[in-house]
Amino acid sequence: MGIVEAILLTVITAATPLVLAALGELVTERAGVLNLGVEGMMIMGAVLAFAATQATGSPYVGILAGIAGGALFSLLFGFLTLTLVANQVATGLALTILGLGISGQIGEAYVGMSGTKLPQIAIPLLSDIPYLGSLLFRQDLIFYMSIALVAGTSWFLFKSRAGLKIRAIGDNHASAHALGIGVIRIRYLAVMFGGACAGLAGAQLSLVYTPQWVENMSAGRGWIALALVVFASWRPWRLLAGGYLFGAVSISQLHAQALGLGIPSQFLSALPYAATVVVLVLISHNRRTTLINTPASLGKPFVPDR
Amino acid sequence: MSVAGASAGSPLLAVRNLTKLFGTFAACNGIDLDIRPGEIHALLGENGAGKSTLVKMLFGVLAPTAGDILWQGAPVSIASPGAARRLGIGMVFQHFSLFEALTVAENIALSLPPGISLARVAEEAARLSHAYGLPLDPKAHVADLSVGERQRIEIVRALLQNPQLIILDEPTSVLTPQEADRLFETLAKLKGEGRSVLYISHRLEEVQRICDRATVLRHGKVSGACDPRKETPASLARMMVGSDVAAVSADGTSTKGDVLLEARDLSAAARTPFAVSLKGVSLKVHGGEVLAIAGVAGNGQGELFDALSGEYPVSKAEGVLIRNRPVGTLGITARRLIGAGFVPEERHGHAAVPGMSLSDNLVLARSQSDRKAFLGGGALGIIKSAAVRMAARRISAAMDVRKSGEDPPAGSLSGGNLQKFIVGRELDRQPAVLVVNQPTWGVDAGAASRIRQALVDLAKSGSAVLVISQDLDEIFEVATEIAVISEGRLSDVYPARDMTREKIGLLMGGMHGEAKVPEAAHAH
Repeated sequence: MGIVEAILLTVITAATPLVLAALGELVTERAGVLNLGVEGMMIMGAVLAFAATQATGSPYVGILAGIAGGALFSLLFGFLTLTLVANQVATGLALTILGLGISGQIGEAYVGMSGTKLPQIAIPLLSDIPYLGSLLFRQDLIFYMSIALVAGTSWFLFKSRAGLKIRAIGDNHASAHALGIGVIRIRYLAVMFGGACAGLAGAQLSLVYTPQWVENMSAGRGWIALALVVFASWRPWRLLAGGYLFGAVSISQLHAQALGLGIPSQFLSALPYAATVVVLVLISHNRRTTLINTPASLGKPFVPDR
Repeated sequence: MSVAGASAGSPLLAVRNLTKLFGTFAACNGIDLDIRPGEIHALLGENGAGKSTLVKMLFGVLAPTAGDILWQGAPVSIASPGAARRLGIGMVFQHFSLFEALTVAENIALSLPPGISLARVAEEAARLSHAYGLPLDPKAHVADLSVGERQRIEIVRALLQNPQLIILDEPTSVLTPQEADRLFETLAKLKGEGRSVLYISHRLEEVQRICDRATVLRHGKVSGACDPRKETPASLARMMVGSDVAAVSADGTSTKGDVLLEARDLSAAARTPFAVSLKGVSLKVHGGEVLAIAGVAGNGQGELFDALSGEYPVSKAEGVLIRNRPVGTLGITARRLIGAGFVPEERHGHAAVPGMSLSDNLVLARSQSDRKAFLGGGALGIIKSAAVRMAARRISAAMDVRKSGEDPPAGSLSGGNLQKFIVGRELDRQPAVLVVNQPTWGVDAGAASRIRQALVDLAKSGSAVLVISQDLDEIFEVATEIAVISEGRLSDVYPARDMTREKIGLLMGGMHGEAKVPEAAHAH
């Protein structure tokens, strides 16, 4: 395996959790809900996936635990913001803080324990393709899921009726309600999808990226995922590309250090956010594309007037 | 589906004693209404009379507090818009319930039962829209469409359900006369098919032209039912307002005072590619005068208002003089401090913050010009709530502002009532100079008459009033002097008694040798 291949493999491993967490948030935001608790849901997924793997010995049970944990944790956000109509920004921030705290508590017993790495699955024939095969088709289940989820979400949002309803609610929830679409119910589902994806992203961290439990191991990836959603202007395939770009940037810190380049690591870790600002400026320049892609009711609470 | 479900004569939809309370405020109070098959039934009333509340209950958007709705003779409970649609009721909202980010076909698909592919929806929508003379491109994004085209989507969307009753809420308020004519043809076609239409409007001439019967609402109650063709506009207006609409009295005896507002060769470059530049506008308004500036929309009215009010100061201080002081370069607050008042065109978001209460809106507008009255604590600027509330109450009483509750959010008031409050907010200061842009745009007859009278009275008390308006009736009611703006140039100022509609029309279009399309006046 050459050095280029090795670097590309680390990029894929770094990008996958970003893509997954951001994809979940993309669907949540397309439904008009701003959940800033991605970091908290991610870390809950990480610790629960690790704990379940330790308890059962199966990292696949760990994956399920991560997904379920993230989804259940997001349900708390949903109840507070959708049923009790609490402020979404404040609740999301609280969810992150709460998730970091609870995960530290649960994970205390697992600190320093060596984990089980999720096995790689080689896809017959495809994995024999030179270079590409070992990069893309000799990967773990979560990587395959991330790609399938991007494709599935893109189809779902733009081709299916349920996806159309999600986009409609995100654009104008009052009109959607007037059409008889269950705004609150669909928003719950979208929030839970976001939580499940963030939980899966967390599971990737504690089962693939560094197969052990380290407190606060999400290390700000939830925030990068939030920036990534905006960077991708709420479109799944752009999000995949952006995720790999951000993943490459974040991994470049390590490689820059290893190669002895004099680039400050702080500069590189700030790059994803700087890129997001640039993209925001670019997309807001064109009023029409902004109007068509940005969920207009993002972050606005919905109370049916009865 | 059989359209004539009920036998002729018996009502398709009947409403008995329908009531809706918001708190203790009865938006609808014991309303009775019958709609027969195959008729166009008008629901008339001023803004705030309860028309929208009534139809929202018929369409399942609001739940009635009391009363019955009978559909083809059988009592029904309409719990949701979906339930209304299943019964056969379609609705076209006044403020469109469209999704701007979605395409026409996607918008329509959302209101259809599941299981129909988008391609089929697009096909069907294109077919129906052409059949009813409402051409639409199913693939276009709503964000790119005009208001008239957006309304077509709403109508086609309602028609796809094959409804027996179609409710239209103020459909022509956003249309050009040509678009309105096309809508009337569509409605006649629907009536010919045996469908019923409930047509909500406060435009009397329209109702007389297309409606078979009319029910008039006032203060949430039915104040009359009639055949609009047998009534006169005056008798219909009486039913709506409850008394004869007060004619504005402007006896031309007011005395001419000093020049209080003046523009001298006022020029301003266009700020955006769609804006108009002001070219050497000169005018003088004396105390006791109402100068009305007529013109087709988009000829520099907004720009003139911005320059006079100081929302966008001009480069030359002598461009604008208020009470003989050059103020062209000063901002809006500085101009207000020397006794001027301004009422911009947009009620929501410009003249008032819709989400804030009336008293908060009052403080926002007058915290500088009436600092002593409303703010205490010296530099801290603490709001004196009691004084503000009292002033808000005084304004509401003076202008007869009808509202639910003591201090509701500005956005909850109907257009006419909010406009009365906004104009009253300035009048309450007794400004020496008042500049108003489109004072009664989209306002019902009663409120409009009240506002116009207030403007005339202010001038009589010695102030200089400048009114920018597209409504010629309004201009002839209030003005002592008239000028016309066209392509950013102002005509000479003429005494109102020397002006005729024909003369204004010539000044609007012919003054600079270029013909203007008159319909632009309504495309606002």
